[in-house]
Amino acid sequence: MQWQVLTGQLFGAAHDVKADGDFLHGTAQLDGAAITVVGSTNHAPVGVAMALQQARVVLDTLALHPGRAILLLVDTQGQQLRRRDELLGINRAMAHLGCCVDLARRQGHRVIGLVYDQALSGGFITSGLIADACYALPEAEIRVMRIPAMARVTKISEARLADLSRDNPVFAPGVQNYVAMGGVRAVWTGDLQDCLRQALRDAPREDERAHDGALRGGRRLAQAVAERVLAA
Amino acid sequence: MSISISYAECSARERLNRLVDPATFHEWLPPAQRVMSPHLAQLGVPCAFDDGVVIGRANLAGEPVFVAAQEGAFMGGGVGEVHGAKLVGWMRRALRDRPAAVLLLAESGGVRLHEANAGLIAVSEVMRALLDVRAAGIPVIVLIGGANGCFGGMGIVARCADHVVMSDSGRLAMSGPEVIEATHGVEEFDARDRALVWRTTGGKHRYLSGDCDVLIDDDMQAFRAAAIAGLTRASAISLGSLEAEHRLLADRLRNAPEGADAIALWQQFGVADAAQVPDLDAAAVRALRVV
Repeated sequence: MQWQVLTGQLFGAAHDVKADGDFLHGTAQLDGAAITVVGSTNHAPVGVAMALQQARVVLDTLALHPGRAILLLVDTQGQQLRRRDELLGINRAMAHLGCCVDLARRQGHRVIGLVYDQALSGGFITSGLIADACYALPEAEIRVMRIPAMARVTKISEARLADLSRDNPVFAPGVQNYVAMGGVRAVWTGDLQDCLRQALRDAPREDERAHDGALRGGRRLAQAVAERVLAA
Repeated sequence: MSISISYAECSARERLNRLVDPATFHEWLPPAQRVMSPHLAQLGVPCAFDDGVVIGRANLAGEPVFVAAQEGAFMGGGVGEVHGAKLVGWMRRALRDRPAAVLLLAESGGVRLHEANAGLIAVSEVMRALLDVRAAGIPVIVLIGGANGCFGGMGIVARCADHVVMSDSGRLAMSGPEVIEATHGVEEFDARDRALVWRTTGGKHRYLSGDCDVLIDDDMQAFRAAAIAGLTRASAISLGSLEAEHRLLADRLRNAPEGADAIALWQQFGVADAAQVPDLDAAAVRALRVV
């Protein structure tokens, strides 16, 4: 879904979200409360500059609007794959963004992630995956790596991986698999404004994803193994 | 005088045993319990009885600490469902038992692609658990010196810690040079050019740019000494600390010379004789940092 259509469905005219290149930011109103909106579009790669732009919005929200909810709009092809970004410490810039979002959560800001188009790998860890809860639209695409590239790295044939990804949520791209594994809390359908309203009300403040993954059957061991460590 | 033992050449378990006070390491979910990946078997890929990560408690200079080490020799230290869950449980236990510090000997290519989706979520859970430990005032120290470096999601996790120790042969970054070369060509990043790879991601560069706090030789005793010194390096995350971090990163980006040349960047940092850095040992590089 185009971000303009999405923000329209979420907020009607009650927002000033705009795109500076691939960087989305602005403020919206929902039920009389302001919400910070920050994210990206055009499947943007997340490099040092994009990570810092997004972190700036989160820091300004923390400093100027204590408690204001934050909506992260995710559409990324993953981290910027450039030598310059590596040289300049892209992992540090992304960690910084993650730490900003994390501090916002700890200081009582509700932080909701929404994958409205595409989410890949590193670009997702420090956005939707570090929110209180991450949601997705049904047509969104979430994956770590495309199957041909995965076949190169793992030395498992494309045909075999394609085969596995049909019934194994561990491999298959796609929103439903992330829901089954607990990484995505729910898929938003119907009235998106109502979905957001409900998320702001119900999103957990603790990390419940391993629990959800076990309950939904997509990730059966994560929660049990963590509990075994505590009991050992 | 004792003989120097290479940290890089030790296994994960050897590193832990040599890092902490003698005979104090106690492992949780050891190989005998065979807590393994359910996904690798399905692919016909060999499993490890510890899923490539060793977790437990020990004493360090007499202080009770939690220690964990990723085994680079198994799937490059990649994080799968069980591997990640062991780290998450280990950090949740730290929240309960309140050790003096949590030490992670990171060696990882990031998400284990064989368990792609589960691995990605697991890395995210590790990151959140680590930040919970820091928020509880328990210092998290990351040590990097294995041959596989610390990449991908674990490269992000490392930069969420209080304190990062690297050897000059260690590497810390996001994407591996092979992935960048495969995407944008050999002109963008020649993954076989070892000098270029280390100038871009290696311990000396990370130290000169302030991305790690301590630079040491590839030596077990040096890692132990740095780990002990790190016990007192707790630093709470606050709006003030994040604003300072933001200024540093924004200034670095604004002032960086065009292109991706490490030596030009070090010169811009104000490092004297930047061109000589690749030939210097860790002690000489330590004397040059100005950031």
